[in-house]
Amino acid sequence: MSSPIQLQPDETFVLNVGPQHPATHGVLRVKMEMNGEYIVNAETVIGYIHRMHEKMGENKTYPQYLMNLSRMDYLGAMGYSHGHVLVVEKASGIEVPERAEYIRAIMVELNRISSHLFWFGAFVMDLGGFSPLMYALQDREHILDMLEAVTGSRLTYCYFRFGGLYNDVDDEFVDAARRFIPRMRKSLIKYEKLVTGNIIFRKRLEGNALLSKETCRKYGATSAVARGSGINYDVRKNEPYSVYPEFDFDVPVYHEGDSLARYMVRMDEIEQSLRIIEQGLDKLPDGPIMPAKKPKLIKPPAGDYYQAVETARGNFGVRLVSDGTKIPYRLKLRSPTFSNMHLFDETCRGMMIMDALAFMGSLDLVIPEIDR
Amino acid sequence: MIIEKIKLAFQDLFPVAEPEVSAPEEKAEEPEETKTKKKVKTKKPPRLNGVIECNYTVHGYHLDVQVDADQLLDAVSIVDQAEFFIESITGVDWIKEDQIEIVYDFSRYDFDTCRVVIRTRVNRSSPVVPTITDIYAGANWHERETHDFFGIKFDGHPHLIPLLLPEDADFHPLLKDFKA
Amino acid sequence: MSLTLLNVIIAVVIAIAFAALNAAYLVWAERRGAARIQRRPGPNINGPFGLLQPPLDGIKLMAKQLIIPGGVDKILFIAAPVLAMFPAIMSFVTIPFSDTIVAKNMDVGILMIFAFASMGGMSLLFAGWSSRNKYAMMSSIRAVSQAVAYEIPMLITTITVVMIAGSMNLMEIVHQQSSSILHWNIFPLLGNSHNLLMPFSFLIFFVCTLAETNRAPFDLGEAESELVAGFHTEYGSMGFGLFFMGEYANIVIGSCMTTILFLGGWGCPFGLFPGVWWFLLKLYILIATIIWIRWTFPRTTIYGLLNLSWKILIPLSLFNLLFTAGLIKVF
Repeated sequence: MSSPIQLQPDETFVLNVGPQHPATHGVLRVKMEMNGEYIVNAETVIGYIHRMHEKMGENKTYPQYLMNLSRMDYLGAMGYSHGHVLVVEKASGIEVPERAEYIRAIMVELNRISSHLFWFGAFVMDLGGFSPLMYALQDREHILDMLEAVTGSRLTYCYFRFGGLYNDVDDEFVDAARRFIPRMRKSLIKYEKLVTGNIIFRKRLEGNALLSKETCRKYGATSAVARGSGINYDVRKNEPYSVYPEFDFDVPVYHEGDSLARYMVRMDEIEQSLRIIEQGLDKLPDGPIMPAKKPKLIKPPAGDYYQAVETARGNFGVRLVSDGTKIPYRLKLRSPTFSNMHLFDETCRGMMIMDALAFMGSLDLVIPEIDR
Repeated sequence: MIIEKIKLAFQDLFPVAEPEVSAPEEKAEEPEETKTKKKVKTKKPPRLNGVIECNYTVHGYHLDVQVDADQLLDAVSIVDQAEFFIESITGVDWIKEDQIEIVYDFSRYDFDTCRVVIRTRVNRSSPVVPTITDIYAGANWHERETHDFFGIKFDGHPHLIPLLLPEDADFHPLLKDFKA
Repeated sequence: MSLTLLNVIIAVVIAIAFAALNAAYLVWAERRGAARIQRRPGPNINGPFGLLQPPLDGIKLMAKQLIIPGGVDKILFIAAPVLAMFPAIMSFVTIPFSDTIVAKNMDVGILMIFAFASMGGMSLLFAGWSSRNKYAMMSSIRAVSQAVAYEIPMLITTITVVMIAGSMNLMEIVHQQSSSILHWNIFPLLGNSHNLLMPFSFLIFFVCTLAETNRAPFDLGEAESELVAGFHTEYGSMGFGLFFMGEYANIVIGSCMTTILFLGGWGCPFGLFPGVWWFLLKLYILIATIIWIRWTFPRTTIYGLLNLSWKILIPLSLFNLLFTAGLIKVF
């Protein structure tokens, strides 16, 4: 629980980390009450890039709202669109062709890898190592090129449609994805040698910011934050959606609960995503990418619908309250980093500022996604 | 199965549980009903408090619990003891009924999947519900956000200032009568 | 070598020119090196291989407005960058590059260099204190505690070398090692002492050099992901430029000292053609290593850094000092 910061003269001072600060990767602000290098109390201030996506949802028809989802999280936009189309399809009973489901899964996983790669680079940069960022971006570039060729954009995709996809993938994409998998595996070995094995890196992260299972539960933490604390929770496994039951993949779980565990979870997730892509490419069925009878007007029957998906940052949920019209009555977006970031205030107390910022890096923050 | 356990636990909250037994059927048929009788929209009576087991494949959650505002802490304690994690808190403005609904989502980390939705309705003119930050520390931001968007006052919240909106915001954009 | 006014002026001009040129072109080398490590081109537009980049950067920095934020301690704020550059240049006066190339050979050359080196800490403290910025303040406190922590093992290691050489004159120390690689203080198999622990001393000295010059992985003073830009957060224009150049000049001095104390100065590994070229070769190999380290390792923590010094480096260097003293006494 955060409590308001009160200045105690002569003993502590308040350090404003942000809204513009290199470690916050966006417009996030943390008011830290410091005693020298130690954090006595911290209060996170968010909302600097709040755009009220939920109100926009109440003013736009369902198809018009599609592109808003990818503006939430510029690094892993695909997963967010997936959650949105799934809930609307569920509500209005639209059947999705199998090929479209497979392509969706492949796209989401590719996007997850690109998001994790960027996080990896930025995280190591937070710790003062510059070069891995460049390597990670180079690998990420391959993914962005592939996605650009199919979806038409590099970051803010508007690729999923209700009932299917905007564009079918061609052989070129399949070849490129197949070429990408071994290359990425080689890079992962390189990262492990370069970063994971580095003694300074390990010393900084081992035992940094221990999160217990109980803390994760009370704050609703998901993604690597929960999985690094020994919680085997992945929406893809716990509440399978789309074609994920068809794939054979593991959920990496580490029990240490420190920043290194969170790092290891994400690095292992890249490998698991590669496995999913590999299987998806093998199993990719032929067929249409949109249902035969394209839904002309989306009007889900009145009711309350919820869908959770596992995005790169965790459990993303969409609650759709429909009143039977073509505009949602209420659209709630549950963003995973919102809950993950909330942990920070309580956990960073008593930590030194550099450890706290390493911890902040390990949370994988994307600020527009917190602020929505 | 956790669903039955939780359902039984919730039944204790509602002393006259008997009339609610008929509710599940009513709810389950609802989608078809609206499709067929689109024109003849009869005004449904307001939903009574109680537990409804929902069709997961349609709605995406298993249990739908509606409680009074003063039963909220008991209801949340039940899910807390059953090791649920808090997923989100939000509101829905039912302006026609002059009510605001506050929706709490809970889910579980293990493979015995159970999603619970706890709802409570308050009057639009005096939207006050007790805070659950003492039970779930992570509810803090969710409640602040709901306070921002709907103007709901969470009684006992330690730090109820705008979170996503500007510090001096005195408007609540997700209310249906909000004019920008 | 008579100390005439002309001599002094020429020496000072050469020292300044050497320091400034090195500082400017080390920035270029650092950027090119970093780019090479990170698989990107680096500065390559201005001139061949981007060689005109440093002078253009200098012109840009000088053309910028010197902003003095409101409420700063003006005198200290202006003095700090000067203090960062001045000792670096002064130290060059006594560093011997070869038998003949030395501005002023002093019997207490080592003392003078360390005296000036400790002034570098002052400039960081002044900058951090006067900037009226919390980040700068925290950074300067870090930098000073770091400087204090690492000066001790550095000095103890230096005393070890001085004990072996029996002189504080830098020329003298080099002459002791000039015969061959086996006479160098890093592997003193044929020299005055037969101390097999000297490679560790060399490592301690090298690590201390990195820490003293605030280089990665010990660049806690300007840890940009935590403290924005550290002590020079509020500096712009040439104030920033001087800090920047001072940092590189300090690297050059640190590497010069390592070369002189441990790597035989201008002596050839095989005793052939001693001269300034050997000195420069060793110097730039060391500098390249420092650049390489910076772009490879993440940053340590402040407590990890201080623990390393107080718990590992100081006991080790003290033990080595005693051991060397014993060896000298016995043989």
